Amino acid sequence: MSNTGRTAADVMIDIIHQQGVDYIFGLPGGAAIPMFDALVQSPIELVLTRHEQGAAHMADGYARASGKPGVVLVTSGPGATNTITGLLTAHMDSVPIVVICGQQTTGNLGLDTFQEADISGITFPLVKHSYLVKNPQDLPRITKEAFHIASTGRPGPVIIDLPKDVSSTIIDDDIDTSFTIPGYINDPEPNPEDIAQAAAMISRSTKPVLMLGHGAIISGAQKEIAEIVEKMQIPVVNTLLGKGIFPETHELNLGMPGMHGTAYANKALINADLIISVGARWDDRIAGNPDKFCPDALKIHIDIDPAEINKSIQVDCAIIGDARKVLDKMYSLLKPADTEKWLRQVARWKRDYPLKYKKEGKLKAQHVIEEMAQLAGPDAIITTDVGQHQMWAAQFCLTEKPNQWISSGGAGTMGFGFPSAIGAQLAHKDKTVVTVVGDGGFQMTLCELATAFNLKLPIKILLINNNYLGMVRQWQSMFYENRLSGVDLVGNPDFVRLASAYGCKGFRLKRSADVKKVLTAAMEYNDGPCIIDAEVAQQDDVFPMVPAGATLDNMLLEPPKHKLEKPEGST
Amino acid sequence: MKNSQHTISLLVCNRPGALIRIALVFARRGFNIDSLVVSESKDPHYSRMNIVATGEAKTLQLMLNQLNKLIDVVHAKDYSDTDVIQKEIALIKVGCTDENRTSILQIADAFKCRNVDISDSTMTFQVTGKSSKIDAVRKMFEPYHVLEIVRTGKILMARGDEETA
Repeated sequence: MSNTGRTAADVMIDIIHQQGVDYIFGLPGGAAIPMFDALVQSPIELVLTRHEQGAAHMADGYARASGKPGVVLVTSGPGATNTITGLLTAHMDSVPIVVICGQQTTGNLGLDTFQEADISGITFPLVKHSYLVKNPQDLPRITKEAFHIASTGRPGPVIIDLPKDVSSTIIDDDIDTSFTIPGYINDPEPNPEDIAQAAAMISRSTKPVLMLGHGAIISGAQKEIAEIVEKMQIPVVNTLLGKGIFPETHELNLGMPGMHGTAYANKALINADLIISVGARWDDRIAGNPDKFCPDALKIHIDIDPAEINKSIQVDCAIIGDARKVLDKMYSLLKPADTEKWLRQVARWKRDYPLKYKKEGKLKAQHVIEEMAQLAGPDAIITTDVGQHQMWAAQFCLTEKPNQWISSGGAGTMGFGFPSAIGAQLAHKDKTVVTVVGDGGFQMTLCELATAFNLKLPIKILLINNNYLGMVRQWQSMFYENRLSGVDLVGNPDFVRLASAYGCKGFRLKRSADVKKVLTAAMEYNDGPCIIDAEVAQQDDVFPMVPAGATLDNMLLEPPKHKLEKPEGST
Repeated sequence: MKNSQHTISLLVCNRPGALIRIALVFARRGFNIDSLVVSESKDPHYSRMNIVATGEAKTLQLMLNQLNKLIDVVHAKDYSDTDVIQKEIALIKVGCTDENRTSILQIADAFKCRNVDISDSTMTFQVTGKSSKIDAVRKMFEPYHVLEIVRTGKILMARGDEETA
C-alpha cells in the first residue's frame, strides 16, 4: 500500500474524469469543499449554478442530449434536498445522472448537526441506487459502480452521499476498484421464443401500430426501427419522450398519441389489431383508463425493465431485453402482411383530422412554436418546460432525430426546460438550442440566466407568455365551470427588461405579423442567451384532449359545447 | 380485490439501507408485512430475508419484479404455493392458578411445547413448528390467561438438493 497524499475526493474526481465526464454542475457548501478543491486541478469544467435544482436539470439535459451520464455536485442538507425534484425527473424519465452530495462528518450523522439531512433516506424512492460512503477506501470503487449503474440497463439517477471526513481522508492510490453486482442484470438476454412469438403476431397483423418510447431512443434502435417499418409498412406513433426515434416528418409517422396527442395517432390506436410498444411503458397519459385501453388490440411489449411488464396494461407477448438487440433479432423472422388498406385508412385520418390553429387574430402559441421550429431546422435541439406550451411544442415541433427533443415526461417538472437547455447546449456547442417555456415554469429556475450568460450560451428562450398557469386554467375552465383558482400570474415581471438585467438579450413579440421577423432576429443573436417574450392569447386551450382516465375515443377535437363531467383520472 | 398472505424469500446484499429499500416496495404497493426475519446467509456478504405479507395476489408479481429490480436484491421469490421446510418459534406466557396448571400443561404437552419458565402465577412455553401450529396452540391457550406472545416470524428453506432463492 502506498499513497501520494491524495484525498478520496481527489481520487473520485479523477475517476469521474476517466468516465468521459467534461462538466460537473453544482454549487458548493461546507461539506462539499473537498470535492470542489479537487476540481481545481481537474480538467473537468465546473458549471456553477445558482440553485441546486438547476444543476440537476442541467445534468439531465446534458445526459439526454449526449447519451453520457450527467454529474451534479452539491453540499449537504439544503444543497442536497434542492436536487430532489431533479432526481424525480431523471428517475421517471430513465436519465443517467450521478449526484454527489457532501454530508456531515460520519460521527455527526443522526445528531441534527448543521446542514445535516438524511439524503440517502429521503431519496430511496427516487433513485436507481444510492450510496452512503463510510469507508474512504471504498469511494473509488463506489464511484465506478455508481456510473455503471446509472448508465446501463434502464438508466436512472444514482446518488453518492459523502461525509466530509470520508472525502478528505488521504487514501491509498493502488486500491482495487473492480466490482461485481450480483443483483444487477443490465443487459438481459431476450428469450428467442418470445421474439419468435412477437414476429409471428406482427406478421399476421393487418392493422398494426408501432408505439415507440424513450427506451427505443436510449437503446439506439433508430436504424432497426426504420428497417422494420420499411419492411412491414407499419404506422408509427411515438410517445412524448420517443420523439425523434423515427422521423416525425415521415408519412408513416402519426406523432404523439394520448391525452394531447394527434387525433390520427389516437384513432390508429383505437382501431389497431396489434400495438407493439418498443420501450414505451403504457403511461397513463396515453392509456387513460388502463382497463379499457384498446381492448380489441393484441399487445406486444419490448422493454429492458421486467418490472414494466404487465404493470399498467396486460400484454399478450412480452420481450425483456434491449430494444435494439430485440428488433435486430426479430427482423429476419418478420414476413410482411397486407397492411395496405390500413395505411390508406390511417392516411385518411391524417388528412381529415389535422392539427390546426388560426394564425389570424391574437398571437397564437402554436404559430410562434411552429415558426420557431422551422427556423431552428431539423438539427436543432428543443427542450421544453411543462404545461400547455409543452403540448403545443410536442404537436408542432416535428422531431427527426433522437436526442433532439428534451422534455420532462413522467414527472412533469415545471422549471425543467431552461436548465435542461443549458446542459444540452454544453453537450452540443455547435447546435442551435431552443427552450420552449411558459411564464409559470420559467420563473421557477430563471436564476440560471446568470449561469447561461456567464457561459455565453446562445440559447433561445421562447417564452410562451399567457400570464396564466395555462394548463390548470384549461382544466378549471373545462371541468370546474371556469372557477379560476390560483392560476392568474399577476405580478409577472417584464421579461425583456429582466433579460437585460442579466446581461441577456430580450425580444418582445406581440403581433402575429411580427412572428417571423422577431424570431429571425432572435436566431441571429448568438452572443449569449436571449428571451423571446411572446405575449400569446390568454384563453387558448390545447386540443385534441382526452380527459384524464377516459378512453381515447372520448377525445375532444375542439372546445366542448356542453358541460363536461370531472375527469376520473387522477390528474 | 381479495387480500391473501404470501411468503417471500429474498437473498440480498448485506448492506446498510437494503432493508429500507425492500420495506418501501411493500409499503408503496399496499402490502402489510406480517413478519420479517433477517439473518446472515452462508456467505456473510449476503443476508437471507423471509417475509410474510398480506396484500392483493395480482399485485404480488408486480411487487416481486420491483424487489428484483433493487440493486441490493439478488433474488426475490414467492414460496406461498411451494412445498418447503417452514418453521417458526413462539414464546407464549400463560397466567395460571393452582387449579388450572395441570390442564394448561396437558395442552402444552399435546403440542410438544417446551416449558421454558415457570413461576407461581405464570408458565412460559416455547412452541416450534409451522405457523399454523403456533396459531392452534395460541387458540387452545386463549380460554386461559395469555399474558404475552412473541413470534420469530416464519423461516423457510427449500427441500433436498434445491437451493433456496
